[in-house]
Amino acid sequence: MKNRKFVNSDIEPKKNGIHHTNGYRSSENIIKSKLTNEHQDNNVATDKYKSIHDSKESFEEAPLITACLTYFGFYLLMIIGYINQLFFEPKVATEKNRDGYVPLFDSFERFYLRYVYRRVKDCWNRPICSCPADTLVLKDRITPDFGWSFEFTGTTTKCLNLGSYNYLGFAQTSGPCAEDSIKSIEKYGIATCNARRELGTNALHIELEELTAKFFGVEDAIVFGMGFATNALNLPSLLSPGCLVVSDEKNHASIILGLRLSGATIKVYKHNNVKHMEKVIVDSIAYGQKNGKPWKKILIILEGVFSMEGSIVKLPQIVEIKKKYGAYIYLDEAHSIGATGSHGRGVTDFYGVDPKDIDILMGTFTKSFGSAGGYIAGSKSLINFLRANSHAHCYASSMAPAVTQQILTSMKIIMGLDGTNEGKKRIDQLARNTRYFRKRLAQIGVITYGHEDSPVVPMLVYLFSKIGAVVRTLTTRNIAVVGAGFPATPIMEGRIRFCLSAAHSKDQLDYALSVIDEIGDKLGLKYSRKPKDPNPIEY
Amino acid sequence: MLQAESSPYIFSVLYDIIFQAPTYVIFLELSLLLLVIWIIIHKQSNGGKHLTQKQKEEIIKNWVSEPLVAEIDENHPALQNNHIVDGPIGKFITVDGIKCLNMATHNYLGLEEYPKIKENAINCIHKYGVGSCGPRGFYGTVDVHLELEERLAKFMDQEEAVVYSYAFSTVASAIPAYCKRTDIIFADECINFAIQKGIDASRSKVVYFKHNDMRDLEKKLQEQAKADQKNPKKAAKTRRFLIVEGIYMNTGEMCPLRELVELRAKYKLRLFLDETVSFGTIGKSGHGITELLCVDIKEVDLISASLENAVESIGGFCVGSHFIVEHQRLSGLGYCFSASQPPLLTQAAISALDIFEQEPRIFEQLNDVAEKVDEQFRYFTKLELKGHPLSPVKHLYLKHVDDLEESEKILRKIADECMKKGLAVVAAEYLPIEKFPPKRSLRITVNRLLTADDISNAYKIIEEVSKSIA
Ligand SMILES: Cc1ncc(COP(=O)(O)O)c(C=O)c1O
Repeated sequence: MKNRKFVNSDIEPKKNGIHHTNGYRSSENIIKSKLTNEHQDNNVATDKYKSIHDSKESFEEAPLITACLTYFGFYLLMIIGYINQLFFEPKVATEKNRDGYVPLFDSFERFYLRYVYRRVKDCWNRPICSCPADTLVLKDRITPDFGWSFEFTGTTTKCLNLGSYNYLGFAQTSGPCAEDSIKSIEKYGIATCNARRELGTNALHIELEELTAKFFGVEDAIVFGMGFATNALNLPSLLSPGCLVVSDEKNHASIILGLRLSGATIKVYKHNNVKHMEKVIVDSIAYGQKNGKPWKKILIILEGVFSMEGSIVKLPQIVEIKKKYGAYIYLDEAHSIGATGSHGRGVTDFYGVDPKDIDILMGTFTKSFGSAGGYIAGSKSLINFLRANSHAHCYASSMAPAVTQQILTSMKIIMGLDGTNEGKKRIDQLARNTRYFRKRLAQIGVITYGHEDSPVVPMLVYLFSKIGAVVRTLTTRNIAVVGAGFPATPIMEGRIRFCLSAAHSKDQLDYALSVIDEIGDKLGLKYSRKPKDPNPIEY
Repeated sequence: MLQAESSPYIFSVLYDIIFQAPTYVIFLELSLLLLVIWIIIHKQSNGGKHLTQKQKEEIIKNWVSEPLVAEIDENHPALQNNHIVDGPIGKFITVDGIKCLNMATHNYLGLEEYPKIKENAINCIHKYGVGSCGPRGFYGTVDVHLELEERLAKFMDQEEAVVYSYAFSTVASAIPAYCKRTDIIFADECINFAIQKGIDASRSKVVYFKHNDMRDLEKKLQEQAKADQKNPKKAAKTRRFLIVEGIYMNTGEMCPLRELVELRAKYKLRLFLDETVSFGTIGKSGHGITELLCVDIKEVDLISASLENAVESIGGFCVGSHFIVEHQRLSGLGYCFSASQPPLLTQAAISALDIFEQEPRIFEQLNDVAEKVDEQFRYFTKLELKGHPLSPVKHLYLKHVDDLEESEKILRKIADECMKKGLAVVAAEYLPIEKFPPKRSLRITVNRLLTADDISNAYKIIEEVSKSIA
């Protein structure tokens, strides 16, 4: 086994230019950090939040020339692809014994995958052979034919993990979570082999539902075996034709699928744009349904932290709108639960909004809890309704015991019920890592999107081919990151996404930042025209 | 680098576009632009209706929303039937503290007997932790996933397999990955709920045929062929699919696969076969209905199955040719947009496959027991048995009650009483939104480890309870 250079805490970051990593603190900085710390206080009035949080969210626009080049580059790729297609036989399987059938796949889609996506295909679906903790071990693979096929080399590479959703660092192979999960396998076996309503309920499920409700401070909760299914299989029972859904344009695929199945009318508002949302609601109520009847009910659907944008939803303003017009809120906290708020209770905790003002609290256990599954929490009547009508509760298999136990133990740690301050430590560590990493990136001069307290950090690289270049270069430097491009993002906005974790140490982040700085020059990633903070960033 | 080289091109390209285009192109574009402007203006007026600010405020003030959800009655069975299961799920199961013979859960093969599965899963936690913390695309592909996919493909003698983290989302994601709005799906009316949702998500036109009725199917195919003749242009673009289950979860019946395969070829349909129940239960080596009925597996375009029944883990998978299955890796919603299966559950499935391959006699044993149950359970006074003799899922229907609600109540009572007497059975639960509400039944599952005594014991309990209640 060829283990390339390890990423571990004793790697010294290169000390060039602005990388001051020593404990030096300027007095200016102390004042600044005091100011920002104040904002974390939970009891500040809503109005104050508006101005504060708007300024904390940043979406710097790309220079015009970059925009033009990005489009141009993309079209160039397509044209080369078309030429390629004319001359070279694709090395792909074809359908056999189905002569005379209508072709199964759309021809543009096929073209796109073969001649555009294939060029960067090696940047996704990379197999790992370790726990996705602060570091991970990649199984090395090579492609002998430009992405048509892959072969394993038999070697592995240990990388710093900036790609997994392990926000609170509960992806662990030892410790209380792993131990308890193992015990639960010994007691209950691997799976329950039935749906919740048909003898698929065990004591762990009941305990988890009670604990989840307590965690949020709401009346009741219900849990499901998969986060995706929590959206896709519950939204249809909550909505019906004649209901209006006001949905953020960046909402997750599972939400969109759930809405499609529900038959409700969907109106989309611009990402995190409260004014536009209000306008959509006002116009919709005023003009009613197409058939002239008034809407039955209006549900605003949004996410806590958006996984591709890194933005945090402007919850206090949205709660105001909801109250003003009598709408309901469905909040998907897949990426925010555990990862935001000083108690790890998600965006309601972050803003100090009463969780009871959110009609439907939804989230997944896949991320911060290092497990699998999803929950919905809210009022007793809501949860009772779901127990009676949820598709997943009635037909889909219930959560596996080990998976349930992992959530129980990690949630107890977050709540401090284990008798230690381990949970608080993790939450603080993540918050610190987030701020530090984002500020240092700004200093380096790359464009990042999103809120300064969001642990999801997208770094814009714009050009499609740069996504591949950055992911590959970072891999050679033992850093694993996620790239995202068209169709997951607009053509214009190819990006690299970093997901921070409480498991990361400062040294690890410093190492990553020094590499980003270095390749930022080489690959031309420093697009930002904002003034840079000349002072060293304190940790 | 790239920036400096390509920027002069932009201008020359722009120049070409503007000055060398023929006049009719410019004319066309101008008229398009006008059309767009016209549409925008029209859209703002909301179909001719225009309200002043004041009118709007008035309407908004008077609008009242319905409650978020309807109040559920406290006596609703979903809130009342809170049976809690304790301990491992095997031939026996502990329900509400009472040890019961298990004819309720879907662990047909009784893999609880093999401690190796648990051991391997525990080792997996030591190596990978519990969750995978990411979808397959983003570092959520663990080597055990690749191993399981390879093993499943080999086991089913197919080119490729794709593993999902949840059985419900497997078939519900696979169908809309292929079937689009302009396509037609022919489906059996007794298909399970996950398939129904997959069909809904595809938005294709659906034609349901009567349960396992090939005449009815052919009639509907002929009708479609006639319609196609009238509109050959549209027909040339319409893909056609046939979706059936190997053994139907909701009836326990087996599909007539040979006839289906003939119709598939005759009418150029693509056949999707869901083996939720039949995978790992029928056929000499547990390969499912294609093996049992000796149908060439290449005749079927896509097979989907669950890892939650015979395999006793959580998840699902699809197998088929490389050409078909690969597509799901970018188009299967539940595959792309959800965290991958927790490695310990993947490992459990691999260990189960080991047993499938090493000890194929377990399938024979299961089939034997299924047939024995079938023989004995025909003679209830008040209940009627349905389902294929080999099927591990069987249904007991009330002989004299047809009303759905009424029979539901009686069956639940029977199930509850049986559990008190040491036999776990369930009244199958369905939501009111089922396309064709299935007739209510007691759903019996067969466990490989049941002995002749167990079966006659179960028979006695059900007979006694059902006689006193129904
Ligand atoms: C907003 C949102 N909702 C739901 C999900 C699905 O969760 P799971 O991975 O647990 O299926 C995700 C996962 O990426 C998500 O980002």
